[in-house]
Amino acid sequence: MIWTSMDAFWHMGGYGLYVWGSYGVTVALMVAEALMARHRVKVARAALVKESNT
Amino acid sequence: MSGLLISVARRDLLLARRRRIEALLPLGFFIVAAGLFPIGVGPEPQMLRQMAPGVVWVCALLAAMLSVTQMFASDHQDGSLEQMLLSSQPLVTVVLGKVLAHWLSSGVPLVLAAPLIGVLFDMRAQAIGYLALTLLLGTPILSLLGAVGAALTLGLRSGAALVFLLVLPLTIPALIFGTGAVGAVDAGLSAQAHLSLLGALLIVTLLGAPVATAAALRISMD
Amino acid sequence: MNQAAPALRWTTFAAPSRFFALSGRMVPWFWVATLAFAAVGLYIGFFVAPTDHQQGESYRIIFIHVPAAWMSMLIYLVMAFWAAWGWILNARMASMYARALAPTGAMFTFVALWTGALWGKPTWGTWWVWDARLTSEFILLLLYIGYIALTEAIDDVRRAANAGALLALVGAVNIPVIYFSVRWWNTLHQGATISATAAPKMASTMLTAMLLMTLSFWAYSFAVVFTRARAIVLEQESDTDWVRATVLGTKEAKR
Repeated sequence: MIWTSMDAFWHMGGYGLYVWGSYGVTVALMVAEALMARHRVKVARAALVKESNT
Repeated sequence: MSGLLISVARRDLLLARRRRIEALLPLGFFIVAAGLFPIGVGPEPQMLRQMAPGVVWVCALLAAMLSVTQMFASDHQDGSLEQMLLSSQPLVTVVLGKVLAHWLSSGVPLVLAAPLIGVLFDMRAQAIGYLALTLLLGTPILSLLGAVGAALTLGLRSGAALVFLLVLPLTIPALIFGTGAVGAVDAGLSAQAHLSLLGALLIVTLLGAPVATAAALRISMD
Repeated sequence: MNQAAPALRWTTFAAPSRFFALSGRMVPWFWVATLAFAAVGLYIGFFVAPTDHQQGESYRIIFIHVPAAWMSMLIYLVMAFWAAWGWILNARMASMYARALAPTGAMFTFVALWTGALWGKPTWGTWWVWDARLTSEFILLLLYIGYIALTEAIDDVRRAANAGALLALVGAVNIPVIYFSVRWWNTLHQGATISATAAPKMASTMLTAMLLMTLSFWAYSFAVVFTRARAIVLEQESDTDWVRATVLGTKEAKR
């Protein structure tokens, strides 16, 4: 085990801001993209339902 | 084939002459934009001399993109472009004629005006000469690449703005070799490699861009 | 264009209806693969791979920086391929793949730039360095944005797809030229020759983690791109019987 404690893990040898800033933004973007794609499918389905009801 | 090319170019040049003010707008923009830099960054000659090739080249890029949509816009509006597509005459030749006309009316004035800007930026005579030479090789590349962009964005509302976004990244190699040549000469080195690469770029673009433009016209007009 | 035969042929994904049916079943598994590869890769990357004696812990950004850069380049080529296929062979599904790929490619390009900046700051002192690779990555982002802008600006679906295909091909052909010229430019301006993305000497554990993260990003791309492609299929094929049947149920399909 490289990390002596949980604190050391978050601290990342002083580079915590950079490392977690990188991973954080990446994960956020990927989650956002996935959600947006799912939403787009939902909207498309809803539009089709609406179109058939008119 | 050359007869068609010349006649298309002649026609476009004649049309440009009738709207002379419009045709000279890119040149006006070029001079104003380049002239803003010393005012913005300060008049220190050494700094201006260093910036000059880059500033002149970038302003030329932007100026060239300003007028590029005119290559096809008016013909598209009045239906003559459709006639050109339907006719049996090779579209690539028509495109080349239009590019030639665009270069003569928009590009060459930039080449001629560049020394004036060079003087404003306190460039040395040799550097100014090479700057004009690189623009002489580079402005045709800009017209050729601009034609592809203009053909792709034909008739679109945001076409003019889109052309900037689409074409400018493709002009980066020309920008690098062009400014690099002047920078090399300024540093006392040979600009041979840069100029050779720029020339090669021109040849390759000359071979590829008109074909791409013709294909883009067919896509846009289908 | 209804395919009655259920056998898996190379044309299986050619028809939007087939793609829609199969992708619905495949997407969840791609998500599983994404998370599984990421879990193992990140474990190795953070708990097994040693500290780098030159860069300390900041190098661990490499486990997402390099995979993201690779994906950004791979996706552009795949996008250009499908776009060209759709244009030349008039294949609708291929064009839809291309449009579905673009946003994900742009996202990875942005991630590569962002993580590159955050890696460069502690290592080289500045948020941005105009080294050859980062500059080329930036230009790639511009190419993606151009593709998306053009295809979104054109209302006619077929014209948008074909124009995008031409643009993507022109971009793909230009990428080697641009990369070469940027490398040349970078060596001329000797000041910043240090590559901000210089990787530390790779211990095998580092390489393993990087490869696993690449696989994770690859599975992720399939999951997201297939989902987006499903939406595009629904949008563009809205007037077909099978779409109505699928979305509305068979009763309303009789119209």
